[in-house]
Amino acid sequence: LQSFLGVFRSLPSLEKTVGKCLILLKPRANRLVVQLHCKYGVTKTHNLAFQECELLQAVYDTQRCASSLCAPARVLAEAVVHFPQTLAEVTLGAGPGGKISLRNYMEDEAAPSKSVVTELRLAEDEFQTVAVSPGSRITFCLKEFRGLLTFAEASNLPLTIHYDEPGRPVVFTLEDTVLEVHLVLATLSDPKSDLQPPTANGVSHLPAPSDDFADDLESYMIAMESSAYEDGPSGAPPSPTFPLRTPRPAESDPEEEEEEGAVPGTPPHKKFRSLFFGSVLTPGGPSPAPTQEVLAEDSDGEN
Amino acid sequence: MPLSAQPAGSAEPDVLAASLDNARHLSSLLRAVHFQDHATCFATANGLRVTVEDAKCIQANAFIQAEIFQEYAVQEESVTFRINLSVLLDCLTIFGTSSVPGTSTALRMCYRGYGYPLMLLLEEGGVVTVCKINTQEPDELLDFDFCSTKVVNKIILQSEGLREAFAELDMTSEVLQITMSPDKPYFRLSTFGNAGSAHLDYPRDSDLMEAFHCSQTQTNRYKISLLKPSTKALALSCKVSIRTDAQGFLSLQYMIRNEDGQICFVEYYCCPDEDITEAEL
Repeated sequence: LQSFLGVFRSLPSLEKTVGKCLILLKPRANRLVVQLHCKYGVTKTHNLAFQECELLQAVYDTQRCASSLCAPARVLAEAVVHFPQTLAEVTLGAGPGGKISLRNYMEDEAAPSKSVVTELRLAEDEFQTVAVSPGSRITFCLKEFRGLLTFAEASNLPLTIHYDEPGRPVVFTLEDTVLEVHLVLATLSDPKSDLQPPTANGVSHLPAPSDDFADDLESYMIAMESSAYEDGPSGAPPSPTFPLRTPRPAESDPEEEEEEGAVPGTPPHKKFRSLFFGSVLTPGGPSPAPTQEVLAEDSDGEN
Repeated sequence: MPLSAQPAGSAEPDVLAASLDNARHLSSLLRAVHFQDHATCFATANGLRVTVEDAKCIQANAFIQAEIFQEYAVQEESVTFRINLSVLLDCLTIFGTSSVPGTSTALRMCYRGYGYPLMLLLEEGGVVTVCKINTQEPDELLDFDFCSTKVVNKIILQSEGLREAFAELDMTSEVLQITMSPDKPYFRLSTFGNAGSAHLDYPRDSDLMEAFHCSQTQTNRYKISLLKPSTKALALSCKVSIRTDAQGFLSLQYMIRNEDGQICFVEYYCCPDEDITEAEL
């Protein structure tokens, strides 16, 4: 995507000089051709190399989501401004009194009394439509959400949020006469599971999907595809304890086409990952499972 | 206000003495060729020429003709010395680089000859600074032997059309390929970077095209890292002439209008990249 974006790097000058843009695909030469017809008869032709790749099909249905909200992008953009740029996840919830809240999500290792908790509550009338299950809440990545908000604000479009239970994907949609955007993000699943008992103070200490997650997941998926079954993600995974469908934490969509995003599902807990990959956990995460096999002893281990 | 640098009673006059009311007339041109620390200054009765070279492949010259100066005198037929251009520019802009209209730095430049430093007296708002910059033996300069009779293809373009193109050149490409032809694509700039190739075509009947004299189709490649500094000269200029000779040597000549509307020239000469030079497609 970066090379494609590079063509449109300088927006102000593009607006001044470019009359029309022609995009065509040359599959045999593996080239995507973007031709800009500019002022003074000047033509800029970019031949971008591309590779065919497998498309992931997202399976989601906004109609079946229990809750939905619609607000002008500006309202939500002004709300997220209050959170620090480094914040990874945010929790959106339907609170008491019909207020919609946004709260920063904290991993449990920081002592709650020492960290800053920011919560923003929006009244129902700030939204164009509100149809939420009372008490519902979901946690998702803020970074991707911010990116979508920037685009939505620039195009002055209202944003609709469809969500269900924690763990089920959240779908953000934008619609216009010329485009339709769907952004599907995974959400953190409910702390009430066998493997992760909630901590005493009630704050969920589920580790959030990190940036390594996508890489680990990719290697897992490659391992999956090369193992026993041929059907791909819809086939039975080798381990009975692993969720059936493997999700990807986030996938941003290009404009002007209906997107295909992530396979929804529950993000596996970090503890799970350690069972299967032996990956290094982030500090403060849950301890590795006792059944972890040591494949290679470290050289300074005791004899 | 001319500042006298002659100590009273000194017998020999400065070999080079010049005064400029607005030092920016000099510093902005020098910046357009500042891609190496050192430069060779060459002064004759016609004016001052400052040359910068790199890799024995590229040469840039800034010409400041005698008429630009309020006072200009050269005592010998030619005066040549090598000087640290970065230091010279720092001194010329010692009072700051912002161009507030109405204020300007006045300059007096003196050089007593071989072995002597170049002396600069700069004044702004009553404050005077004296700088003495050591000079060195001049280097042997490249002679591209580029004269108008050897030119195969020549184009004159309004700089406005090229500025953005040069500023946005794909620097992941090692070369900039220039095609000039009496037939399509007429004038084309191409890069071959990590993402793919990009071509910028200028038709011969474009409004930007002031002159188009191409007799032969030529495609030449030049190292992009060597040509990129010419973007500074392009940014200052109003017109640029692009010429190539039979061996594919490139000459870029930039017409620059200074704050007072006077015309100066900067030129860049570049050797083609050895491996790929085609005289005809």
